Amino acid sequence: MATALAKTTDADTGTSVEYAARIEHVSKSFAGPAGQQLVLDDITLDVAPGEFVTLLGASGCGKSTLLNLVAGLDKPSAGGISTDGRPALMFQEHALFPWLTAGKNIELALRLRGLPKSDRRARAEELLELVRLKGAYGKRVHELSGGMRQRVALARALAQDSQLLLMDEPFAALDAITRDVLHDELTRIWRETNVSVLFVTHNVREAVRLAERVVLLSSRPGRIAREWTVDIPQPRRIEDSAVADLSVEITEQLRGEIRRHGQH
Amino acid sequence: MASTETSAGKTEAETDPVEDKSAGNGGDLAGLEAGLDALDAVQTRRAPFRRTFVEKIFPPMVAVALVLVIWQVLVWAKVTDSYKLPAPSAVWDEVQEAWLEGTLLEYIWTSVSRGLLGFLMALVIGTPLGLLVARVKFVRAAIGPILSGLQSLPSVAWVPPAVLWLGLNDSMMYAVILLGAVPSIANGLVSGVDQVPPLYLRAGRTMGATGLRGTWHIVVPAALPGYLAGLKQGWAFSWRSLMAAEIIASSPDLGVGLGQLLENGRTANSMPMVFLAILLILIVGIAIDLLIFSPLERWVLRSRGLLVKN
Repeated sequence: MATALAKTTDADTGTSVEYAARIEHVSKSFAGPAGQQLVLDDITLDVAPGEFVTLLGASGCGKSTLLNLVAGLDKPSAGGISTDGRPALMFQEHALFPWLTAGKNIELALRLRGLPKSDRRARAEELLELVRLKGAYGKRVHELSGGMRQRVALARALAQDSQLLLMDEPFAALDAITRDVLHDELTRIWRETNVSVLFVTHNVREAVRLAERVVLLSSRPGRIAREWTVDIPQPRRIEDSAVADLSVEITEQLRGEIRRHGQH
Repeated sequence: MASTETSAGKTEAETDPVEDKSAGNGGDLAGLEAGLDALDAVQTRRAPFRRTFVEKIFPPMVAVALVLVIWQVLVWAKVTDSYKLPAPSAVWDEVQEAWLEGTLLEYIWTSVSRGLLGFLMALVIGTPLGLLVARVKFVRAAIGPILSGLQSLPSVAWVPPAVLWLGLNDSMMYAVILLGAVPSIANGLVSGVDQVPPLYLRAGRTMGATGLRGTWHIVVPAALPGYLAGLKQGWAFSWRSLMAAEIIASSPDLGVGLGQLLENGRTANSMPMVFLAILLILIVGIAIDLLIFSPLERWVLRSRGLLVKN
């Protein structure tokens, strides 16, 4: 379900179609108090190599569930997901291991990926430099601020050398100033590394600030309601008027989706 | 300058302004980030010895002194017969006598060496047992409840069967220690594993740490604080079990440990000797905890930022 499927050939045209993730007609239901509850309904979505896609939705749209499915932490009830290798996943909480230093956290990812011991230290230092935490190698997790932790977590995710980076509201718990800075960082790193990103958020501005494509999910069950291509040139700022304009439009649609749940 | 470059080629014109902006931004961003990091940095510093002394060492010294004073006052007030409540000085004489005879350290060493060796054996058995119970569902369902139930069984109950099975010798002592300490150590590890935040397991799985690799890289280190708490309790149980065994099972071949000393005091009707034995049992138990387990636990907790300083 992974690498072998990553490069399929389109039979009609004979050209090679590449994608970082392909989600095809995926549905997911969980056993709830009222029987089976459908959380995701027939989701079809491709993430192209190097593409930055945000999944946007209100609570109950199943966006985290979808991310778990893509990460392989859970199996879809129907449909198929294929990714180019094992995706890296970043959580809202930093999920760094407190018994390891920042550098050793990154080295663990390198080790699990199979990088020989002799190369790990240098690569970990490199990744820390990429997230601008050059001196943090020996720092314990609790000695780092929230923003620094998320940057180490990003470096650890990048250490997996995956083609696809899944991010589950990674900046939701940060203060606004730090979040703003990390948006700039993420954009810079995405452009430098050429990794594909599937980024989940409920923050419309954040979605527009970061993405090339914004996918709006409706709630209960989660369905793809609409997609926008964001062609505002990077680097953007969250306060740019173009970002604001598109955010207003998307928010309108999102509110419409939410309102439907109030009507019976 | 910018305009000449823009006219140079279409592709450059498209990318250049963006790159320029990001380079300028990059410098700003690095500075901004360095500022944020400096503002948010968490300062950790070890307390100076003076403060440690005033906050940690001085209070228990006061408590001990107070107990001694009350004890002496009770003796002076003659609340009871002197053979029931010996004066602190009488107990001190007993200490000196044992020290001069050279038997004091022998008593202590006999018990401590037994206790530590028994504890180490319990560690070797209890650790894999705990891992097995924690990770294998069937094993947990089968012996989990028995294992936690065993903790509430006073280990002194094991002395009679151990004597019958193994006779009056050292192996009987070790058997009693093992039956007392193994459940504690295994249970500590089980609750340590149970309390591993699911987030760590998920993070580990996305990094490819599954199965045995997951156990080694994620579960074991994450469960370490609970495991250490179990070890601490395991030592307390080892020591208690050993004392019970030594008091009940006396034989000249066994050598005089602290429990035996206590029993000898009773048969000799010597309250100072009984007091001496009780004090030594208490002091050794506290000392091992203070010298081995507490530093280990504090080191693990501190390195994870779990030790809150007020």
